[in-house]
Amino acid sequence: MARTLFDKLWQTHRVCDSEGGADLLAIDRLLLHERTGGVALKSLAENGYTVRDPSRVIAIMDHIVSFKRGRGRDDARSPGGETFITETREMAKAAGIHLIDTDSRDQGIVHVTAPEKGFVLPGFSIVCPDSHTCSLGALGALAWGIGSSEAEHVMATGVLRATKPPQMRVHVDGTLPEGCSAKDIALYMISKYGADGGQRCAIEFSGPAVEALSVEGRLTLCNMAVEFAAFSAVIAPDDKVLDYVRPRVSDAVSLDQALAHWRTLKTDADAKFDHEITLDAAEISPQISWGTSPEESCAVNDLVPDHASAKALSYMGLQAAQAISGLPVDGAFIGSCTNGRLSDLQTAARILKGRRIASGVRAVCVPGSQAVRREAEALGIDKIFIAAGFEWGEPGCAMCFYAGGETFPPQSRVVSSTNRNFEGRQGPGVRTHITNPAVVAASAVAGRICAPSDLPARSKELVG
Amino acid sequence: MREKLLTHTGRSAVLLLDNVDTDQIIPSREMKRVDRKGLGEGLFAGWRYADAGARVEDPEFVLNRQEQTGTTILIAGKNFGCGSSREHAAWALNEYGIRVIVAESFGEIFHGNCIRNGILPITLSAEDIATLASVTAPADLTVDLVAQTVTCADLPGWQRNFEISGFAKKLLMEGLDPIALTLTANDEIESFFKKDAVQRPWVYSAA
Ligand code: SF4
Repeated sequence: MARTLFDKLWQTHRVCDSEGGADLLAIDRLLLHERTGGVALKSLAENGYTVRDPSRVIAIMDHIVSFKRGRGRDDARSPGGETFITETREMAKAAGIHLIDTDSRDQGIVHVTAPEKGFVLPGFSIVCPDSHTCSLGALGALAWGIGSSEAEHVMATGVLRATKPPQMRVHVDGTLPEGCSAKDIALYMISKYGADGGQRCAIEFSGPAVEALSVEGRLTLCNMAVEFAAFSAVIAPDDKVLDYVRPRVSDAVSLDQALAHWRTLKTDADAKFDHEITLDAAEISPQISWGTSPEESCAVNDLVPDHASAKALSYMGLQAAQAISGLPVDGAFIGSCTNGRLSDLQTAARILKGRRIASGVRAVCVPGSQAVRREAEALGIDKIFIAAGFEWGEPGCAMCFYAGGETFPPQSRVVSSTNRNFEGRQGPGVRTHITNPAVVAASAVAGRICAPSDLPARSKELVG
Repeated sequence: MREKLLTHTGRSAVLLLDNVDTDQIIPSREMKRVDRKGLGEGLFAGWRYADAGARVEDPEFVLNRQEQTGTTILIAGKNFGCGSSREHAAWALNEYGIRVIVAESFGEIFHGNCIRNGILPITLSAEDIATLASVTAPADLTVDLVAQTVTCADLPGWQRNFEISGFAKKLLMEGLDPIALTLTANDEIESFFKKDAVQRPWVYSAA
């Protein structure tokens, strides 16, 4: 029978049937972070269980860590947050799992660090008590977000109980126009089909516009799948992905065997999906959210829809049919597991070079990981950001979500390269507009929401 | 052992919004400790309090209305519990006393978190939810997990069936520990790993 990529991944990890039509699935890697992983480690110990295979479990500090330059080992960005760091550290050490601490050269946002360090490889099953784990399907892995109790279950048993979800293929035809990115595909799709549009399906992204994306772009696209109510997202690994992972395989001995297996990871020609969606990449332009759900997004040059919900409009301080472009902004953030990778920073830096952010705007860039930070600094990108008036932070989730502590003031309008524009996501009353890093950079410069093409031209030598 | 859930009768509160995310159910700033406890107070903190820091209640928020005292059932819209995977959302609801949530659809991770924490998520059609919401609040509902039915004291003759997986039903009804249940298949797990280590050796070299 013709099988989808997801069928194959599921089958490889299926241990046995479980009750009620569920399966037990072997889990190749479990990632934890201090926000939801610490509590799983604690509960595991309290319930008298130990970690079955500590070599498969990796804890990374990212959510609560301070993003101030020169931060101390226990510095949190929210009052009382240190306990998440110190307790997770202690419990990780006691459990004997792989710990990437705040001061490690590998530290970063779990979904950014995992591909960099080869913690996720094609064909892996990988879970984390974090909803954006679906990002990692970009490498052809079976990756999904779980709850803390399930993380505890994986540690104790090596497996998870799961019911195979229905499947959806999202085929993106054509070529993305200049200035558009994976983020725009995602926001376009979510605004078109709704935040519930993925219907708890395992989604496979395919088509020429997806194949044309870099590995980093694919991670961005799959990252947003959970905002579409998907169970998981996956992209068939091609040569781009294999070239990316090859130097990251720790076991060189079985590399040939692995490569042979990875080449089988694709959907058979006649395989059936429960749902199919086709998007035309040529119709996509840079997107931005106007409301408080990612589905409340549109093209940067569009108007807020007539039928917009009153609740969202009042929170965002907007009116129906108002132009989005031109709205004055108070804050800008570039970073997160969605758009905090090197290519995202490079894109923003190209716009910022030789320019300055508008006065009164607070702009912050936080690289997604220490590796991203090092590479960016080697290329002088930090200098471009700083010269433009951005703060340059120490890796972590930073201003992607509010955990208490210092943030943008209430009612301030913030353009953000993150994935969620929920009420209060970046702080009480903060009005978040999610968009791609280029639009964030351009809007910070203009002091109002605008597309990069709307910025006045720079003199030649400044563009460099 | 958790509290078992076989049938439940309780007061419902209507929160008829779509895409209520887990950041709203339990804002991040309310997750103060590495613990499952002490979260009930932070439930819906952004909506429930006029001043969350000082815990000054907003009398307009549905759960704060006097007639809602003792609410154990929530009636919600589409995609309830979407967003962050934080199990704290289920822990907070549980501690507050919510045992059943009726919605048009649920966030996937949240749905599983509910079941693992003794909260029954019930999916009904938009029409049925509108019917329940139209009852001059607050309606008293009875949920029978064994028969998989919902009835409403204020809607004589109205009864709806709901779907639930056999496993979720068993967990809720028996208040079971899923880890202990899985370990009954330990032999199968061991033999899987043995076979898999030969077929996919690269997975077995430490990270
Ligand atoms: S960057 Fe944001 S979305 Fe990503 S893991 Fe951190 S908090 Fe979650």
